[in-house]
Amino acid sequence: MADQQEPAGEEVEYVLHLFITGATPNSTRAVRNIKEICELYLKGRYELLIVDIYQQPELAQHEQLIGAPTLIKRRPGLVRRLVGDLSDRERVLKALGITPLMS
Amino acid sequence: MQDNPTSPSTGSSAALPKLPKAPSGIDGLDEITEGGLPLGRPTLVCGSAGCGKTLMGIEFLVRGIQDYNEPGVLMTFEETAAELAANVTSLGFDLPGLQAEGKLRLDHVHVDRSEIEETGEYDLEGLFIRLGHAIDSIGAKRVVLDTIEALFSGFPNQGVLRSEIRRLFHWLKDKGVTTVITAERGEGTLTRQGLEEYVSDCVILLDNRVIDQITTRRLRIVKYRGSTHGTNEYPYLITEDGISVLPVTSLQLNHAVSNDIVSSGIPALDEMFGRRGFYQGSSVLITGTAGTAKTTLAATFAAEVCRTGRRCLFLAFEESPQQLVRNMHSVNIELASYVANGLLRIEAARPTLNGLERHLVTIHKIIGDYKPDAVIIDPISNLISVGNLSEVKSMLIRLIDFLKVNNITALFTSLVSGRNIQQEMTEEGVSSLVDTWISVRDLEGIGERNRGLSILKSRGMSHSNKVREFLVTDQGIQLLDVVIGPAGIVTGAGRLTQQLHEQAQTLAAQQEQERKDRELERRRRVLEATIGNLRTEFESVEEELRQINDEELARQKTLAHNKAQFAQPLPLQSEKPPRAL
Repeated sequence: MADQQEPAGEEVEYVLHLFITGATPNSTRAVRNIKEICELYLKGRYELLIVDIYQQPELAQHEQLIGAPTLIKRRPGLVRRLVGDLSDRERVLKALGITPLMS
Repeated sequence: MQDNPTSPSTGSSAALPKLPKAPSGIDGLDEITEGGLPLGRPTLVCGSAGCGKTLMGIEFLVRGIQDYNEPGVLMTFEETAAELAANVTSLGFDLPGLQAEGKLRLDHVHVDRSEIEETGEYDLEGLFIRLGHAIDSIGAKRVVLDTIEALFSGFPNQGVLRSEIRRLFHWLKDKGVTTVITAERGEGTLTRQGLEEYVSDCVILLDNRVIDQITTRRLRIVKYRGSTHGTNEYPYLITEDGISVLPVTSLQLNHAVSNDIVSSGIPALDEMFGRRGFYQGSSVLITGTAGTAKTTLAATFAAEVCRTGRRCLFLAFEESPQQLVRNMHSVNIELASYVANGLLRIEAARPTLNGLERHLVTIHKIIGDYKPDAVIIDPISNLISVGNLSEVKSMLIRLIDFLKVNNITALFTSLVSGRNIQQEMTEEGVSSLVDTWISVRDLEGIGERNRGLSILKSRGMSHSNKVREFLVTDQGIQLLDVVIGPAGIVTGAGRLTQQLHEQAQTLAAQQEQERKDRELERRRRVLEATIGNLRTEFESVEEELRQINDEELARQKTLAHNKAQFAQPLPLQSEKPPRAL
């Protein structure tokens, strides 16, 4: 089940894929956290794909998933993997290359 | 009576169900574990670098697919699938082929600390899903997790990791897959991260040890819950066919025996045995000091085996094949033709070329390929240069077992130290393992050495107790007849002296006999002459007597006649006048 959120134009700045495992507490928290971060800091500049790997288990191998939930930042810059429920906002922003001052 | 369903014997034979096991298919391992790894449970294989942990895991999978039709999943945390496939191609494992058949799934879990950022609470569900998907997609029965400890380098949160790994093993158990988990050996612990705490069903420890510059790999089953198992350290090898754990043969002494006899190649030696040779499938040991023609005896046996159309494998640890053939040619043992027609195979190698285990496996391999009826190892004492006594002994035990199980006659030669007065003991202590033991030795007399041969033991048949002198001649080995002198059996020059002495005695006795014969003849003739004289005399006397008798008779007859005439009356005259006169 792919859930595409706010495809802002052809060339968005941020491409984020979040892989969750159903409705586990960690996954739910992760979804809530990433949506909040995106709305706060990246409004209109991002593309977020949320994938439930229970529904598409073959993706787990393809995407080299180990921990869950995992957020993969595809753009911009290097691909980064963020493991966890994304509650450590400071680390999330740092890994995504977002400076909180921008808001 | 025969279809009595409630027979007490059938009731008692239905024992309690044993722990189900998944045969690993790895040479020898199933014998040590008495059937294989615990079915549907995780097994931990730990060892230091270069032990073959990954290989053991892969072989477990491949054999499972090939021999037991159990699909498998290999989850590797270190090497990529392509690297692994390339690495094991040399062992004949075709991983891409098996993948294409849908029997195997490879999943390389890439763990890179620099790419991973922890941003809160998480679990390893991603791994579970990957593994679960891989297992379900091919219906896997076997799973190998190659060095799951690599996760520890990628995820700093040990608490999560440990609980997740524990959960993973439980989950695998619940799924009912037989799992092999490899782990690096740690300092003072079996594994670096203490995985043995989580895997408690079966732990196999691999070890790589260098003693006297020779590496030996060893395997030990540290624990095996719910099953008995071999507890020793077993050497194992990584060969061209995968892992081979020794003993590769039966650990029990229950092989079938043959009642056939094979000749030693020397008729006179055969005659020293009650059954005129060795039993087929028995093991023969020839011990002797240097230069006592052990190799020649062995080659004679080899030639005899080949002469009767059977195959012989000659493992020479001292001489090259060419040298052996040439040397044996000098004593009229022609090995070259047998080598040419394939009945004889000479394998020469320096013992120091390999470790003992490698030698053993090489021998196994050659025997498996060549299928000989007899195997000669010349000499086993040279193996001591590559191992210590107990190792050599255990290797020979296994070799002898292997040969016996395959009903191959084995002949070993062994050099015993000349200084050792008690030559009954071989250094390897294999004498108790062999069935027939022939001892050759120098019989050193006054200024000369001679070779003596005796049979120390021969299981299952009577044998001569004599020390026979033998010669290595241009015509091969010849056993000489026993010559007994005043002080026992004599050899060499003493033998010649004794023979000359005996010849002189014989001659004297013969002359004496002839003299007696002549004397008898002479006396016979004298007596015969005397008898002739007497007979002549007797005849003349008899003649004389007969004459006298005749004369007497004639005289009496005449007398009687006359008397009668005289007493007769005158004839009656007729009345008729006489005619005119």
